Amino acid sequence: MGRLNLEVLVGLFVLIGIAALAYLSIKLGKLEVLGSRGYTVTAEFDSIGGLKNGASVEIAGVEVGRVVGISLNNEEYRAVVTMRIRLDVKLQEDVIASIRTKGLIGEKYVAINPGAAETLIKDRGKIRETTSPVEVEELLGKYIFGSPGGEKPKP
Amino acid sequence: MEKVLEGIGRSFLHLLQTLGRMGVFLCTALFLAVVPPFKSEHLIRQVHFIGVKSISIILLTAAFTGMVLGLQGFYTLRKFGSEALLGPSVALSLIRELGPVLSALMVTGRAGSAMAAEIGIMRITEQIDALTAMGLNPVKHLVVPKVIAGLITFPLLMAIFDVIGIYGGYLVGVQLLGLSSGTYFGEMATSVDMADVKMGFLKSLSFGLLVTWTCTYKGFYTGYGAEGVSRATTEAVVLSSVLVLAGDYLITSVMHVG
Repeated sequence: MGRLNLEVLVGLFVLIGIAALAYLSIKLGKLEVLGSRGYTVTAEFDSIGGLKNGASVEIAGVEVGRVVGISLNNEEYRAVVTMRIRLDVKLQEDVIASIRTKGLIGEKYVAINPGAAETLIKDRGKIRETTSPVEVEELLGKYIFGSPGGEKPKP
Repeated sequence: MEKVLEGIGRSFLHLLQTLGRMGVFLCTALFLAVVPPFKSEHLIRQVHFIGVKSISIILLTAAFTGMVLGLQGFYTLRKFGSEALLGPSVALSLIRELGPVLSALMVTGRAGSAMAAEIGIMRITEQIDALTAMGLNPVKHLVVPKVIAGLITFPLLMAIFDVIGIYGGYLVGVQLLGLSSGTYFGEMATSVDMADVKMGFLKSLSFGLLVTWTCTYKGFYTGYGAEGVSRATTEAVVLSSVLVLAGDYLITSVMHVG
């Protein structure tokens, strides 16, 4: 086999391999190659109850962005969730962000209910209205013991 | 009694000596890999040998692995009514474990044995001594291209294995058993993280080094005669496979992700 032929084969192999790697990391690993396509907004929650980095942000069930960071506000002890939203999706000042669960035991995601205000949230803006997730354990506790937080009633 | 103690001591010293020699061998190879002159032709030949020629076997194994994962996963998940999780289960098992491990084992069987036999025969026919006599470093000339080619090809083969396996699962889960294609790929995209892909990549990189290292080492220090080479080849394949599986457990436990 000639040297040229060999080189072409090796080149083809490397190309296919890199294409496969790129497919894995971009399509499945959600690696962002072209940097930030979108703008970031933050929202503060009392509790995020199991929300993970990379969880989706949805409006009316349609994915419009992802959670890119979760940190703690050290003064008020509230969770700060940073989200990256697609550029073509505009958020009004009075939207409500809430953390919900997909199905009964599915993963957590952020649902945004659209608002009606004239002004829009800018890049690095903040969503003021938030509701924390409903904890199934707490609900069960309430249901069984008739008191919040799963405390046992005193005899 | 004395004989027994002597025997234990001797085999222990022998083990230490082997380990030390393997370590020195690897260090020499890695050191020579960064010292010029670089010969790209040897490297391309090795990438062709380890990578291009392994494609057909990788495609076959990957397709059937993905298909059987799809089949088994589907029937198991159906008991819990969660066929929707078929995509994640196929993709995660492939990307985290089966892709790197199975591709490494396949390449060990196909190219690792050939590597050990090639170098072993060069050793017993005194071609390695001839290289030294001509002033060429045999490690630089024979071992370095193979190790670098292993580092290049293993991750690429793993990526091809993963993608083909995922489509094998798609074939069975979606085309044959009637899952919706959106569910399969959508759920997959939400549950696979960059951390998983990175972990698989790191695994196959380390396997690339591990397999080429043990196989070239076994060939380089082969015994005498045809018997020696055959034993070296067998030992190379067995040791590489065991090291790949043990290394897989080690990397998983160190890099544990959710």
